[in-house]
Amino acid sequence: MDSCEQTAAPSTRRTWAASKSEARSGLLFVAPYLIVFAVLLIYPLFSGIWLSLHKADLFGGSQFIGAQNYARLFRDPVFLTAVSNTLYFVLLTVPPLTLIGLGLALALNNRSRWSALLRGLFFSSSVLSVTIVTLIWRMVLIPDGGLIANLLTSIGRSPVAFLSDAHLALPAIAFTTIWWCIGLPMMLFLAALQQVPRDLYEAARLDNAGRWRMLASITLPSIRHTALVVVVIELILQFQLFGQAQIMTLGGPNNASLPMVLFIYQVGFQRWDIGYAAAASEILFGMILIAAMTQYFAARGRESR
Amino acid sequence: MRRCGTTAGGGVGNLALRGVSKRFGSTVVLDDVSLEIGADEFLVVLGPSGCGKSTLLRAIAGLETIDAGEIEIDGARVDHLPPGKRGVAMVFQGYALYPHMTVRGNIAFGLKNIGTERAEIDRRIAAVARMLEIEHLLQRLPAELSGGQRQRVAIGRAIVKDPKVFMFDEPLSNLDAALRSRTRQEIANLHRRIRKAMIFVTHDQTEAMTLADRIVVMNQQRIEQVGTPLQVYREPATIFVATFIGSPAMNILPVTRAAGSGTLQWVRLADGTQIETTASEASLPGQGALRLGLRPESVRLCGLGDGQTKALVDFVEFLGDKTHVLLSLAGGDRLVALDGASCPVHAGESVGVLFDRAATHLFDAEGRNRGLTG
Ligand SMILES: Nc1ncnc2c1ncn2[C@@H]1O[C@H](COP(=O)(O)OP(=O)(O)OP(=O)(O)O)[C@@H](O)[C@H]1O
Ligand SMILES: [Mg+2]
Repeated sequence: MDSCEQTAAPSTRRTWAASKSEARSGLLFVAPYLIVFAVLLIYPLFSGIWLSLHKADLFGGSQFIGAQNYARLFRDPVFLTAVSNTLYFVLLTVPPLTLIGLGLALALNNRSRWSALLRGLFFSSSVLSVTIVTLIWRMVLIPDGGLIANLLTSIGRSPVAFLSDAHLALPAIAFTTIWWCIGLPMMLFLAALQQVPRDLYEAARLDNAGRWRMLASITLPSIRHTALVVVVIELILQFQLFGQAQIMTLGGPNNASLPMVLFIYQVGFQRWDIGYAAAASEILFGMILIAAMTQYFAARGRESR
Repeated sequence: MRRCGTTAGGGVGNLALRGVSKRFGSTVVLDDVSLEIGADEFLVVLGPSGCGKSTLLRAIAGLETIDAGEIEIDGARVDHLPPGKRGVAMVFQGYALYPHMTVRGNIAFGLKNIGTERAEIDRRIAAVARMLEIEHLLQRLPAELSGGQRQRVAIGRAIVKDPKVFMFDEPLSNLDAALRSRTRQEIANLHRRIRKAMIFVTHDQTEAMTLADRIVVMNQQRIEQVGTPLQVYREPATIFVATFIGSPAMNILPVTRAAGSGTLQWVRLADGTQIETTASEASLPGQGALRLGLRPESVRLCGLGDGQTKALVDFVEFLGDKTHVLLSLAGGDRLVALDGASCPVHAGESVGVLFDRAATHLFDAEGRNRGLTG
């Protein structure tokens, strides 16, 4: 404790001039990032909000209409379907991605050759592009000669049309997404597990702790920050479902698998109603922000208790 | 290996290792180690880095399996039992406190896991906290403690389980010098109060000498000698023990056999000086090189004409309470003498040298001390 105070003291005693020039050079160092951040994120955010207050056409002029786009959105049944589809999809993917990622990491966190191989295998799907992933899973899911269909017919059952069934389309896309995205959570959890000091487990063995007790009392508390990071990252990613739905179902059947981003795309780039699309984007942005912040503050609150 | 059974009682609570070996792949880390510890003995395992001290503790604790041999505690074999069932507790070098539990949670963890009743847990924690003076820290997390406080909590976590054997793996190495000597005394006091078998691993000979009932000196995966601090200092069984213990290290000089006078063997230094040793002629091997060990404090300086031989002073190190004098003999041998504070010699001078006969050690080609009776 004493040593901390000693090392902290000189910095508080440092003169204003020195810390000011340090701040200036610090600012210079982050400037390139700040500029990119401002040009590519802050500016579009505000111009998006501005745009969402207009009746704008991709080619024609624009006219200020206040919050009318938002009012229209909340009366638009297709948009409301897209919102509930998106929430349902997030619910179908984020918890499994987190839990399966954690489970795989726990199972493969050892030095055996098999584990190394399996880690590589589970991660390998992440490097594929969305086109390839959806192609693979279409071949698995289509009722006409797909893998599952063939299996079902071989045991005398009739094939299921996953992608054209209103109740199965979104779950099928969710399943594909989990298969595609599982590598990142697994790797993040593996990295966290490797940071847990070995001697904690040895002390716990001497303290008669069984496997479950070690998991609950040592492993999970040690990796909870990573769990939060995984949940927030996956929330942000999965709220933005687009490619899989676009390629696998085009949002169908009857908008049953239409996510918000696809709605925005269709409104903005097929119906050219840019202001309306911008308003939908702002709502998506707000939803992601709220979801991520809720996670963050919930975790912080639990900790401070 | 010499067994010095002075304090190794055969009573309850003792720990015995018989022929314990451990390999990691093809590397041998423990080679046929045998050892007994009395029920209330403080045993210090001393040895250079990498000699297998930690592995020895971990094997006793059950954190490593052993490839051969037996481990007994209280007369019952434990080498097949899991770590928690052996009745041993260990204080780790980095303390290994559970970072997400309070001090109370840390100490209670082992008791909860074996289903101890709440009231009993509270009672025991209170007793331990009082003993270690950590009552005011019970609600804190380990990150909110100083190094010394963490150390106490780690010890508390061990004591509360009331084990038969306590083990400490270099527990003082993370502390600063002042705290280290204070904690050393506290551990000695603790042992006096709880009177349980303790095994303390260190590579610091001061810790070993001050704490131990007996010292186990290890080198290269084997036990070199087991004995009281006095024994390992005065009667080192091997040249390794002789040079590892004591500061500055014992002088080792190659010698040749001179006339034997029945029980006492004379040897000759490279410069021709004859020195009487405590080894008997009969105890020496027929052939092979011999080396003479002389502690720096048994090399005396005197007037040029009064010594057994003379030497040139190479260097004088004045340390305040004592002085190291580095000497070279005519035959090319170099040695260190330890002298009183106000040593009057200077570099470049020639001085007479006297050797204290009673303190000589004669080592054979394998490094074994041939001058020991017993
Ligand atoms: N898991 C392991 N795999 C392979 N070799 C090991 C392993 N653990 C220890 N060793 C080797 O065994 C030898 C003894 O290690 P050990 O940790 O017991 O030494 P030590 O005497 O405690 O040393 P120190 O004083 O540095 O702590 C070392 O040479 C080490 O490299
Ligand atoms: Mg060690």
